[in-house]
Amino acid sequence: MSKELIRLSNCTMAFDGEVVLDGINLYINDKEFLTLLGPSGCGKTTTLRIIGGFQTPTSGDVFFDGVRINSVPPHKRAVNTVFQKYALFPHLNVYENIAFGLRLAKTDKDGKRYKLSEKEIDQRVMEMLEVVNLRGFEKRHISQLSGGQQQRVAIARALVNRPKVLLLDEPLGALDLKLRKDMQNELKRIQQAMEITFIYVTHDQEEALAMSDTVVVMDAGKIQQIGTPEDIYNEPKNAFVADFIGESNILDGIMREDGVVEIFNRKFKCLDSGFEKDEPVDVVIRPEDVDIVPENEGQLKGTVTSVTFKGVHYDTIVDFYGFKWLIQTTDFCPVDSRIGIKIDPDGIHVMKKSHYSGMFGDYSSYSEEYEEISDASIDPEEEEQEDENEE
Amino acid sequence: MKNKISWLAAPYVIWMALIVVAPIIMVVIYAFTTAQGGITLDNFARMGTYTVIFTRSFQLALVATIICLLLGYPLAYVMAKEGPGFQRIAMVLIMLPMWVNFLLRTYAWMAILENNGILNNFFEAIGLFDLINGIFGTDLTYFRMIRTQGAVVLGMVYNYLPFMVLPIYSVIIKLDHSLLEAARDLGANSALVFRKVIFPLSLPGVLSGVTMVFVPSVSTFAISRMLGGNNQMLLGNLIEQQFLGGAYNPYLGSAIALVMMVIVIVCMVVMNHFGEGEEQAVML
Ligand SMILES: Nc1ncnc2c1ncn2[C@@H]1O[C@H](COP(=O)(O)OP(=O)(O)OP(=O)(O)O)[C@@H](O)[C@H]1O
Ligand SMILES: [Mg+2]
Repeated sequence: MSKELIRLSNCTMAFDGEVVLDGINLYINDKEFLTLLGPSGCGKTTTLRIIGGFQTPTSGDVFFDGVRINSVPPHKRAVNTVFQKYALFPHLNVYENIAFGLRLAKTDKDGKRYKLSEKEIDQRVMEMLEVVNLRGFEKRHISQLSGGQQQRVAIARALVNRPKVLLLDEPLGALDLKLRKDMQNELKRIQQAMEITFIYVTHDQEEALAMSDTVVVMDAGKIQQIGTPEDIYNEPKNAFVADFIGESNILDGIMREDGVVEIFNRKFKCLDSGFEKDEPVDVVIRPEDVDIVPENEGQLKGTVTSVTFKGVHYDTIVDFYGFKWLIQTTDFCPVDSRIGIKIDPDGIHVMKKSHYSGMFGDYSSYSEEYEEISDASIDPEEEEQEDENEE
Repeated sequence: MKNKISWLAAPYVIWMALIVVAPIIMVVIYAFTTAQGGITLDNFARMGTYTVIFTRSFQLALVATIICLLLGYPLAYVMAKEGPGFQRIAMVLIMLPMWVNFLLRTYAWMAILENNGILNNFFEAIGLFDLINGIFGTDLTYFRMIRTQGAVVLGMVYNYLPFMVLPIYSVIIKLDHSLLEAARDLGANSALVFRKVIFPLSLPGVLSGVTMVFVPSVSTFAISRMLGGNNQMLLGNLIEQQFLGGAYNPYLGSAIALVMMVIVIVCMVVMNHFGEGEEQAVML
């Protein structure tokens, strides 16, 4: 069991009366890689700035190692930040940028001021250059570095101070896909090697899932779900999380009894329990959890309306009674063909209704092309009747 | 000229050629010739006579520049840090005198600093002279303010201070705020943030401020004539005399102007070289 390092307790942040963080409760363990994930403007940077000390919450408390630090200024916190746009000092070279924090006078445990020796500074800067793979760049001017190199300088500049916690605000935002992937691995490696707590901000859900021990999904200033990447993906708490993390079909259902949910008047086995009898629920079905079968063997029957080749699989949009599903399959099903589908009980995730219900999950607007076909499709009412007769 | 659009600069180029380059060439030619048309270095040989004036000009300009810097930097810094309300008011106060003609402003100072001017009358009225005379047993009826070096420096500072404040202000206000946060994040308190980040990054503004105060100060003739009187003659006055005054000798005047120009240019080059690293940094 790792110990708790940082705790945000009921933190609320308002700018001119406009609430941007609403009752944030969050604790972060020592040596943990925690990611704040959410759409633009949801309050990720604000949360990070509260931890870094650049903003004081309007109400609520911040604890570090059990001590309340609401009014401790940034330069007195054992936390360093990698800023969204690096914020490297343009008047200093790579070496001096990294040495910046080391050259400032420190205060030891007894409150005595002291300075690091030139030799120790040099040793630590060189060691850090090694870690971020920038040996030989120490005399370079910041303007003579590529985006990826600047980003590594920013990381080195923060890490060289050996903070307990490193805050990273979308540090890979400006990099191309390839470099991004490399740097993701690099960061994860550094975090594990140096045993530092990382609090990482991103709006890229793949990045969050790939790197984190814990993911915090945020929207509109509120935490929607906290969990391991697997939890978040497999057991989304509400329609927002389900939609934001990966692709999902989100349907209205009724929980008939434990392990049985009704969708489109059809009963499906599932693994969820603990709902009221006949409680209306949201049901999430991931596109890769749907098996396509011949029409007469399917639990549901529908018409293919669009197929897009995606390399590994086809993105197939299927119309079931007027609701469009996204199905990812390696079988090619031509447009307008009738198909059936089967879903295993562990492919069905039942969630409580929330104010996000009904906002996501229908793939009607998936492509422009689809709009036209939709007008010509069979009347859902008519088809529904036909199905009931069969039953 | 590489493309068509650069022809749009033609009027300006012609203008520059006529009123900047041509006069400079004429100054150079005059400086090396005699009234009879022969080539000579005599004009420069006579320069030694004016060493006092050269020294005084550069000294006073230097003092004025330093005072402008000491007053202007904190003002520019506070303006950049304060809210937009303060910025607007401060900006209007700085610009306001510049809407009045330069000569009128300086005349106003004459009226203030005269021996029987506004300031001395004011001291008289509040009984300052009586007080001093009472204590020291002196016979003071006014402070001699006008026709001193102090008055000349005051005139320079008053007239050129905005040229120091504005470039520094515009550099500081454009500083990336996240750089300051980064410095604080790395452990710097406010004083260190200023010393290690804000000040070095504002040097380009300081350099252009210094240039814009020093150059007109060193060559001024109006301020020194109005506030300095005959005994505080500066290079500007000396040159003016050679062209317009009783000592009519445009050849000597040109030589003095040329020497002054060269000294100023050397000063600027040295200074800009010193600030080169920062200049580059700000262009990032
Ligand atoms: N200083 C401020 N004054 C007023 N509003 C602010 C301030 N800082 C942030 N906000 C508002 O708070 C909300 C959350 O901002 P924040 O920067 O935390 O979002 P974010 O999740 O980091 O978004 P992004 O992914 O775009 O960086 C936004 O609506 C923003 O406009
Ligand atoms: Mg942000």
